[in-house]
This record gives sequence, C-alpha cells and structure tokens, in this order.
Amino acid sequence: MALELYLDLFSQPCRSVYIFAKKNNISFDFKKLSLLDGQQYGEDFGKISLIRKVPALRDGDFCLAESVAIMLYLAEKFKTPDFWYPADLRQRARVNEYLSWQHTAIRMHGSKIFWLRVRSPSLICVGAVRLVMSYLSSLPFIGLLAQRESCSEPLSAWRDRVQEAVGKELFDEAHQYILGAQESVKSMDSSKMQVYKPKILRLFM
Amino acid sequence: MGRLVEVYLDLLSQPCRAVHILLTCTKIPHRVRTVALRKGCVMCCSDAILKYLTTKYDVPEHWYPRQPERRARVDEYTAWHHTNTRPCALCLRPPQVLLPAQSGSPVDEARLNRALSDLDDTLDKLESMFLRRQPFLCGDDITVADLLAACELMQPLGGGRDVLKERPQLQQWSTRVQSAVGEAFDEAHSVLYALRDRRRARL
Repeated sequence: MALELYLDLFSQPCRSVYIFAKKNNISFDFKKLSLLDGQQYGEDFGKISLIRKVPALRDGDFCLAESVAIMLYLAEKFKTPDFWYPADLRQRARVNEYLSWQHTAIRMHGSKIFWLRVRSPSLICVGAVRLVMSYLSSLPFIGLLAQRESCSEPLSAWRDRVQEAVGKELFDEAHQYILGAQESVKSMDSSKMQVYKPKILRLFM
Repeated sequence: MGRLVEVYLDLLSQPCRAVHILLTCTKIPHRVRTVALRKGCVMCCSDAILKYLTTKYDVPEHWYPRQPERRARVDEYTAWHHTNTRPCALCLRPPQVLLPAQSGSPVDEARLNRALSDLDDTLDKLESMFLRRQPFLCGDDITVADLLAACELMQPLGGGRDVLKERPQLQQWSTRVQSAVGEAFDEAHSVLYALRDRRRARL
C-alpha cells in the first residue's frame, strides 16, 4: 500500500508536510480532507487519526499524527538530505528547539490572524471584534505568507529564501488555497462556519 | 565528554522538572543552577533538551528509541503536549489559583471551571489516544514523553488540586512513571510539595 497523507492545504502544518514530501520526491497518496466540511469527523478518518486532526499519515498499518512527528519520520524513512534534519547533534538540537517553540508562538499567532483577517466578518460578533482588535494592537505582528505587506525586512528576506529553496512552483501550489481564502470566503455558506465559532472565540478569550 | 552539563532550572516549572528527573535517574554528570522564573515566563523547549541529552549521553535507549516508528510515537506525543497537556495544566498552575486566595480576592470561578473542563477533555484524549492499554504513553517502556506529561500533571498539586484523583488509569500510569524513575521524581518535585504543604498549613 502506498504511503497516504491526509491533508487540508488550508492548514499550515499540512502545507509544511506537503511541501516536504513533494520536495523530497516522496511518493504518496494525497488524501484531501476539507476541515470546513467536517470531513475529519468521518468514520474512516477516525480509524487513521483518533485525534481527528490533520495532517495525518498512514504507512501500511502505522498511523501517525502531528506534522513535526510526520516530517521527522519521513526524513528518517526516506533518508532525505541532511540539511532538512541534521544528523549533527547540536544542529539537530537547534531544529528541535525551534520546532518546540513554534507550537505556541508563530503557529498560534498565525492562526489567530487568519481567523481575524479572513474569516471573522462572517463569524465573530461585535463584542469579540473589540477583543481581538485590542489583541492585535498589542501584538508585535510577524506577518507570514498571506500577509506579505506586514513582514519585517529580515523575515521577508528569510521567507523569500525558503520560497527559492523549495521552488516557487511547489510553494505556490501548496499555498494556492490559503492565498485565495479572502475571496473564497465571500461565496462561502456561512452556516458551515458556525460550528467553528466557539473554537475561534476561545482563541481570543 | 568529561565536562559537566550545566542546566538552569526552576523546579516550579514542569519542563524543568522533567529535565531534572532525566539527568538524575540516568546519572548524566550535571550541575544545576537554580533560577527563579519571572511570572509569565514560559519554558517551551524542554523536549529539545531531553532529546539532546538522550542522544548525546549513553542512556538506555527506551528514553528516546532509535527505531523509527517507536521514535515517531514519542515525537507525536511531545508535539501534541505543547498544545494540549501543557496549556491545560498551565491554567491550573499555582499562581492562578493560589495568589488570589492569598490576597483575599476571589478566584475567577468561570475561568477556573473553563480550565477544568479543558483539562478534562485533554485527559480523556491522553487516556484514549496515547495511553490506551499500554503501560506508558508510547509503549511498554518509559520515554521522555512520560516525563513531560507526568511533570505537567503534577503542577496543579501546588494549588492543592490532584487532577488525576478520579482517573484510575492515569493514576496507575503516574505511579508507574514514579516507580520507574525512583527517588528522582520526589527530588524534582520537592519545591512543589513544599508549596502544597505551606498551603495546607494555612488552611
């Protein structure tokens, strides 16, 4: 059975796994999942991932969640070039250090900004908007990916280097959905989003 | 290799305790520099430190297995830990419960109840997704994942709350972790126990 990757490319960790696998020519079955359509709650996906989160991997009878764990597993199994996850102990420790930190730093803030900037008009009530605006004003905003105009110079240069190293075509392919999110939300059935409202409000409260 | 590892630890911090326990029970030569973290200072890279130590020093392999699928299980837990076990237990850390009581101002009940509810969900997942019917979170042997989780779930004890009280499966797991690491567990938790005991004496 081919390696299967269950991904929704709206999700940041899914894009990381997608780019990593593609860039390293790892052959996989792309199992597209739509979180907005609630496909993570389907019976079949529940057999792959008990936590019902993406990304998820199935390699034979071995199933794995968490993007960091998935990428490290793929790096080891497919013996990807050393720079991705260096064998040198100290260099590897630096990568692990960042991978630990990013869970509650960039990842969390990126998600909040996404929900506020892209999805919130159809979803968040006036009271919550006041709260999130006060959050935004106190946040030293690090613009990522979709927020091109807000990036600081060093981060912007870093992002361009990543894009170049990965290849523009693959980078754009992985980001096509998220970069079109502001447009797609206009035609979206807002009732689909209501189920996410409590989760999103908790992000800011 | 003869040089001591120098670690800067605050034993009121859950991740610091996990590192302390690993160093003690694997007898990695080390020197502890005690620091007092400021309020709100978050430690988040303890799993990187634990993985570094288990790789650099000659410790039993079970702590961080080399076999890819077994290692992936530990990586899976340590990633999940940051956004699940850790934030839930953080909300019940002693300052948020203890200080309001000390100052005479009421504990924010709504916030506390929400934190307890979140923790309940997280503990459900810990039992059903990771522990299941295994002795430890990632299999038959203790790993660094167990250290991170066990130290995290001890934290509310400083505020007089045993979050595993009504969870026999997790209680048994915690007991197995403590047995596996021996005296190192209580040694790492001495500051937390002292906080708990001071609180009890005041009540």
